Formats: sequence, C-alpha cells, structure tokens
Amino acid sequence: MSNTVVRKTLVSLAVAGAAFAAQADVVIGVAGPHTGAYAAFGDQLWRGAEKAAMDINAKGGINGEMIKLIKADDACEPKQAVAVANRLVDSDEAVAVVGHFCSSSSIPASTIYEEAGVLMVTPGSTNPTLTDRGLPNVFRVCGRDDQQGDVAASYIVDELKAKRVAVLHDKDTYGKGLADATKAAMNAYGVKEVLYEGLTRGEKDFNALVTKIRSVDADVVYFGGLHSEAGPLVRQMREQGLTAKFISGDGIVSDEFVSVAGSPKYVDGVLMTFGADPTTYAAGKAVVEEFRASGVEPEGYVMYSYTAMQVVAAALGATDMDPVKAADWLHENSIDTVMGSKKFDDKGDLTVSDYVMYEWDKNGKYSMLYN
Amino acid sequence: MDIVLQQLVNGLTLGSVYGLIAIGYTMVYGIIGMINFAHGDVYMVSSYLTAIAIALLTFFGFESFPIIIFGTLIFTIIVTGAYGWVIERVAYRPLRNSSRLSILISAIGMSLILQNYVQISQGARQQGIPTLLSGAIRFEVGDGFVQITYMKLFILFAAFLGMGILTYIIQKTKLGRMCRATQQDRKMASILGINTDRIISSVFVIGAAMAALAGVLVTLDYGAFDFYVGFIIGIKAFTAAVLGGIGSLPGAMLGGLILGLSEALFAGLISSDYKDVFSFSLLVVILIFRPSGLLGKPEVEKV
Repeated sequence: MSNTVVRKTLVSLAVAGAAFAAQADVVIGVAGPHTGAYAAFGDQLWRGAEKAAMDINAKGGINGEMIKLIKADDACEPKQAVAVANRLVDSDEAVAVVGHFCSSSSIPASTIYEEAGVLMVTPGSTNPTLTDRGLPNVFRVCGRDDQQGDVAASYIVDELKAKRVAVLHDKDTYGKGLADATKAAMNAYGVKEVLYEGLTRGEKDFNALVTKIRSVDADVVYFGGLHSEAGPLVRQMREQGLTAKFISGDGIVSDEFVSVAGSPKYVDGVLMTFGADPTTYAAGKAVVEEFRASGVEPEGYVMYSYTAMQVVAAALGATDMDPVKAADWLHENSIDTVMGSKKFDDKGDLTVSDYVMYEWDKNGKYSMLYN
Repeated sequence: MDIVLQQLVNGLTLGSVYGLIAIGYTMVYGIIGMINFAHGDVYMVSSYLTAIAIALLTFFGFESFPIIIFGTLIFTIIVTGAYGWVIERVAYRPLRNSSRLSILISAIGMSLILQNYVQISQGARQQGIPTLLSGAIRFEVGDGFVQITYMKLFILFAAFLGMGILTYIIQKTKLGRMCRATQQDRKMASILGINTDRIISSVFVIGAAMAALAGVLVTLDYGAFDFYVGFIIGIKAFTAAVLGGIGSLPGAMLGGLILGLSEALFAGLISSDYKDVFSFSLLVVILIFRPSGLLGKPEVEKV
C-alpha cells in the first residue's frame, strides 16, 4: 500500500515538475545575510531585488519569462555562503545570483558560481580580491575598497589635515581590506598612521582599545568594518571623552548604526564614504518615489540591489537566458539602470566609481558632503 | 601611568561581568557535574528582557533612573530565573541519570533552541536601547586623567553586591547549606532529608539570576545586542570559570576578574588583535600548572 502511495506521489511530483518547467520561470537567487547580526543589509538587498523583479515581471518578465526569486541566507559567514551557493546552483537551479553582501561570503561563493556557469552580480561586496581573480562571471554594481580607501585617505589628509590617524579594522575580509586600502593611500599621501589594530567581530566591549586610542592621542580614527561594531566603538570613544573624528566606509550605511550606538548624539559628526546618493539619479526617480509611497525608505543598498537585478535581467534577456553568454555580454555592453548607465570593465568592476564623503548629523541621518 | 590605570578600570568592569556569568557555569558544574552550554544564551535572553522591561516602564511613564533600573532588574532576574528553572526541568532533569555525554548534547541543543527562538520571535536585527545614565567622574593622574563613567561605577557596585549577596546565601543561609551538602554528596544529602531535585533547580535559578544581572548591566552600558550576543561572552565566562577552578564560587569571580584584566591590559598595552590569543594561552598555562584551576579542588574518585 505504502509503495503505491509513494509511487503516486512521485508521479504527481514529476507532473508538477513538468508543469513548472513549461511555465518557464527564471530562477534568480538573492544571497546575503538575511539573518544574523548583519541582517539589516540582507533586508536592503531583498527589498531592492524584490521590487526590481516585480517591476520587470509587470512589464512581461525577461523575454516573456517570469523572474522567480529565491532568498538565500549566508548570515555573512563564509561556510554558510558556500553551502547556500551550492544549494542555489544544484537544487534551485538558479541561473543568476544577486549577492552576496559581505566580501568574505562573496569570494568563496563566486568560485562555485563560476564552476556552475552562474552569473553573479553583487550589490555590495567591495573587496578588490573578488574581481581581481579574473572570474568571468563576477560583476559588482558598487565600487572597490581601493577606490573607497583613496577617497577617505585624501579627505583625511587634505580636508581634515590630520597628523595623528588611528586605523582600526574588524579582522574580516571587508573590514581589514578597506582599512588596509585607506592606510596604503594615506601613507602614499605622506601621513603615517599612529595606531593600526584589529578588534573582534561580535564583541561589544572595546574600552581597552579606546583607551589605547586615547594614549596615542589620535585626532582621526578610521574604522574598516560594519555598523554592529562601529556603533559600540564610537559610543565608547565618546564616553571616554575622545573627540577624535570617526571615519568609516560603506559598512555602516544603515539606520541601525544609530540604534546600536545608543543615541543619535554619538553618531553626530561621524563620516563615511559611500557611493553618490543612489536615490538622486534621474533614471531612478520613479522607483524611489514608489518605494517611499509604499513606506520603504530606499536607504543604503536597496537601490544597488535593484540595479543589480536590472543588470542581470538585461544580460539574460540579451543572450536568451544563457548565463555564460550573459557574462560575456556584460563585459561588452553598457546597461541603463535606475542608477544611470553602468558599464563594466574586463574584471567586472564598474568603469566609473562615484565614492563621496557623507556625514551623520545629530538627528541620526546621513547626507552627502559637498566640498 | 594614567593609561595603565584606565586599562585597569576597563578590565575590572569587564571582568566583573565575566565573573557574574561564570558563576552560573561553576555552580551548575559543582552540583551536577555538567557544563551548561545554554548559559550564554540565558544571558542573551536577559538582554532582550532588559529592553522589554525598559520599554514597558517608560511606556507607563516612569522616567527616573533608579525606578527604571530597579524595575528592570527585578523583572529581568525573575523572568530569566524562570528560564533557568524551565531549562533544567525540560532539558536536563530527564537525563539526570544518563551518561554525561547525552546531557551535554541536550545543553547544546537547548542553546540552539534559545538562539533560534529569539531570532525568530524578536527578529535577527541588531537591537539597541538608548543611554539611560550618562556622565563620568574624572581623576587627574599626572599629565593625564582616568575616567570612570557612572554606568561603569554602577556595574562594579552592582556586580560586587550581587557576588556578596550570593556568597552570603551560600555560606550563611539554610538554602546555601543544603546547596553545599548536595554538592559534596548528593546521595547522602538526599538520605538526610534534603530535596536535592529542588536544590538543583534552585542552583539553576541562581545561576540564571546572576546571568540576568550581568545582562541588565551590560545591556545598559553598551546599549547594543542581538540574538547571538551570548556566544562570545558565554565562551569567555566559561573560560573564566575554568581558569578560577570550575565548581568553585570564589574561583569563578577571581577567574572573571583575571580574564577581564588580562584582556584589557594586553589589548591596551600590546595588541588588540592578539588579546584572545593571549587570554586563552594564559588559560592553557594555568591549567598546565594547576589542572583544576586556580581555586579548584582536584576531583577525588569516590569509591
């Protein structure tokens, strides 16, 4: 009896599978930290990608085929990133992935996508290694940390005229990579850091480190890392009476930065480098308004994720859903997105980087600094 | 000089928090010989309870710091204590007479359950609470200064008060006497009319209450927490308990302080990258020379 049941189930499953295939969805993974301490960013990725997919589907999909999104959670852990990447290519049969977020996840996952011939467009991984390895299938719609570090370093040297700079990082691929890039650029401009230290991700007590910053009398503190550590760090600095300028990168672009810091007064005056405000492009005006109308502020990486989805859709549409050809196509053609026209170089980096300096204010909001 | 003193202050506050959490590990080990891996997550639950209590109290219009802090402490300690009691009842008591391995795995399972339960019910995002007590005292030392925030002073005061009360309970009260008797020989204690099941339950409640005290203090001070916050601090507190001699109450407190001070001094004076390497190396060295920890008694096989 049970055998028949099993057989029947198998048959119906097979039928369902066939029906599913006839409907011909395009499966695209959205990989990022949907849970864990960095889930705020996964949230941003998902919102952007979801909206982009809905908008594309509403206009008839990619050449008539509907986009089906799969949420893949890597929790910003390299091990889990490899596992979800394998799941996306093997059981979900995704042809393309928007993600991952953390560079430490994107780098190992990209190898798996390369082997499986899956297109990967990351909205937020900025570590240079990701594209420097020359994988043909990897693209990013954000800048690189060496570009970002250069903007931060020239600001520190030229605008702040700082002489005593402490460089800190969170020992992770992204954070240390960014801190190193900034340090190298700063050294090239003739300023040597007075302190270079790492802290442990996941800890909340950085008082010992803060006292050490005090002891070297730094007037600028540069931190490569994410908001979950940057928040407590800047708070403990202010509590110990340190008034040094706090500068970080695009890892703290989230409203959560204010809540982890405890109060807007602690983030007041904090500087960060981030791409020129993604909500100000003329091409994306309508989308930004739709986001705001639905009560979602397109902060941080939301528009980047939207852009990444557009890039994926354009490339797949132009090459009849062949992700390998789509990758070749992307290296050759420029794509119109909600963040303007995007063109990729041979490595898969954008040909133009648009990092600028932002400042947080006493209300816990950030805005571009115009020099 | 001022920097060294400041690092001592940093280390002392961090260490007293480690000590409070280490108490939970050490008491449970002392009484039933198991390592309660879910203890770090009990601490994590208390962080969330702290935020809930503060939100409730401000909602009902309480604004003065003493009322909020005492309300929060009472609420968090009671609810976290209940967690400790339930965990023992559900996950450990049914396995009391099975092998040590199965109870250990049950503890790891409990830890995962708590983490995922909080993650699903409260969301995976970082949570934060606003600063309730700001301001600091400064002492001029030579050319520099040493600064202690009021919050840090409060942490030190509350932590040592908590440890003091606990020591009094264990040394002077009837409950404490029964705890010690159960720890020394559970079978004999139960023959002499002590309800050992109840004593074991109360040890879990006491451990959870101490973790709750630490949770309230740390959450108020750093303001930030998430569902994973119990992991690192749990490992550190467990290290502190082993360092001081697991099973020994003063050992847990001493171990916490030594660990906190060594982390702060090493991070502050040498390298923050290698502070964990240093702390764990210290643990290894101490265990080589004193296998049962600083104040631990070597385990005697009972015949």
